Amino acid sequence: MIANYLPLIVDGLADAALIFFVAVGLTLVFSVVRILNVAHGSFYAFGAYLSVVIGTIFAGRGWPLLSLTALVISPLLVALAFGPLIERTLLRWTYGRPEALQILVTFGLFLVLEDLQKLVFGVQPYSQDLPMQLLGTSRIGGIVYLNYQLLLIVLALVVGVSLRLLLKKSRIGKSISAVVADEELARTIGIDAPRVFMLAFSVGVFLAALGGALASPTIGVAPGLGAEIIVLAFAVAAIGGLGQIEGAALASILIGFTRVAAIYFAPEFQPVVPYLVMVAVLIVRPYGLFGSIGLRRI
Amino acid sequence: MVVRYIVILAVVAALLPIAVPWLGFVFTLAVGIGLAALGVAMLLRGGLISIGHALYFAVGAYAVAFLMRDAGVHDLLVLFAGATIITAAVGFLVGAFMVRYRAIFFAMLNLAISMVFFTLLSKLYYVTGGTDGLAVATPTVLGMQLSRGAFDVVMQNAALILMVAAALLIDRYLKSPLGEALGAIHTNEVRLEYLGVSARGVIWAAYTVSAGLAGLGGAITAVTIGHVVPELSYWTVSGQLVLVAVLGGIGGVPGAFIGAFFLELVRTFAVGIAGEVWNAIIGISLLIVIFFLPEGLYGLIQRLERRRTNPK
Repeated sequence: MIANYLPLIVDGLADAALIFFVAVGLTLVFSVVRILNVAHGSFYAFGAYLSVVIGTIFAGRGWPLLSLTALVISPLLVALAFGPLIERTLLRWTYGRPEALQILVTFGLFLVLEDLQKLVFGVQPYSQDLPMQLLGTSRIGGIVYLNYQLLLIVLALVVGVSLRLLLKKSRIGKSISAVVADEELARTIGIDAPRVFMLAFSVGVFLAALGGALASPTIGVAPGLGAEIIVLAFAVAAIGGLGQIEGAALASILIGFTRVAAIYFAPEFQPVVPYLVMVAVLIVRPYGLFGSIGLRRI
Repeated sequence: MVVRYIVILAVVAALLPIAVPWLGFVFTLAVGIGLAALGVAMLLRGGLISIGHALYFAVGAYAVAFLMRDAGVHDLLVLFAGATIITAAVGFLVGAFMVRYRAIFFAMLNLAISMVFFTLLSKLYYVTGGTDGLAVATPTVLGMQLSRGAFDVVMQNAALILMVAAALLIDRYLKSPLGEALGAIHTNEVRLEYLGVSARGVIWAAYTVSAGLAGLGGAITAVTIGHVVPELSYWTVSGQLVLVAVLGGIGGVPGAFIGAFFLELVRTFAVGIAGEVWNAIIGISLLIVIFFLPEGLYGLIQRLERRRTNPK
């Protein structure tokens, strides 16, 4: 019985994993910096482009296995290039200002990054599915699965768990939690709040770019990618409750499964599913499935 | 003051195309966007940011296409009136849910509903023409079938007249108790309720009016371009509308139109000179305005005006 649905479950979880990276980055940035970052999808797109380009370079030099490392190198580069710079300049200025203004500043940033991406990478679509081919397939119960899909599911688990452990156990994670709970108090006991903001934002950028890099072998990378993924990330983050890591994880799974179910049963309506779920959840529970009204925690 | 600025803008926009005919098209589109941005600016006064108003822009545009195709309506004025009423009705219905939300939740729910609409427009091929969209024929004007060239001139002037009329009406509305209460929602909603005013009622009224404005803007856009596509309701269009509202300034009704004319002119020139980076140019001008002119272009004009009339 279960075996019949196993392909569906694997597809759903792999889809959920891909959404999870970008959504959890968005939600992390929101919970620490309190800004809904419209430009988050652009980092995803940069991560995707860069990993395709780096992967192709490695493959061209005759080191196909190294192209797998591009999936990690490129998000690191994107996070280092954009994270500190943008947080230090644009975002820092918007702290404590009205939400409308914060959203608009990141929208301006989104417009700039979209064109920057077109200038750097051009408008022609890229594709590079070498990582997927390299990992091959495995046969479970007579059905063939892509190992890459299985890898995605494992990676999402690893990222989710290590993010949680980082926040709970490590010194820097505890500083982040302290700043989220009460910034003023955190400052008085000597926590460098500006540094925490910069770090948290950069980790968010890294997660977005990682999502893009890991998605790049499964999709065509073309302009408009960032605009498309950001609304999906919004939907997942809003469903889970903005700022909730576990919420983002469960919302990703929910969206992943409903999307896959839609592909199986009514393919033409697959794109509308996440937004319908989002509307339904927001109408019943505006703070998302796991959000709460007053309490601030991460 | 509002009257003067909006009339000056309308007269300039009416006269310039006589010398440079293609500008007429640009200005007509600017009025369409300006009307929608005015709707967004109204809500911004109440501290409510909608990143989903492209929904109403697209509803207005598709209403024109459907009225022509399915209801056999061809007269320009009837089309405009019909599109505005239909869109305001949609806004009234959606607004019934929206009034419960503030801040980020208001923004998100608007975004979600507009994205549902966008995907439906793209996917319901047999009703909406899918991603190809629908063609909009040249409407008749007061029963007369005009050539495309003559129609464009009529359309330009009709748009400008609508702009002045809408600006004056909305200005009156914003200065009425119902409109002033909207600003009070931003400053102190609880106190407003203590005064015996229903905050939800105030928002509901404003939301309906703002939807109607966006619908009229969408109708003008549909008729001017002659084609409607699902992208009209994409979230980036919603973002552009907020951008136009803030660029122009939400302090007064002319702001939205000043922002729209500015955006359309920049877009037109940027496409000619630096086509690849026009979005970046718009984005950077938005950031500059936010950082240095928090009251927008209209705020800047007002400040210059004050300095001229009473120099220190």
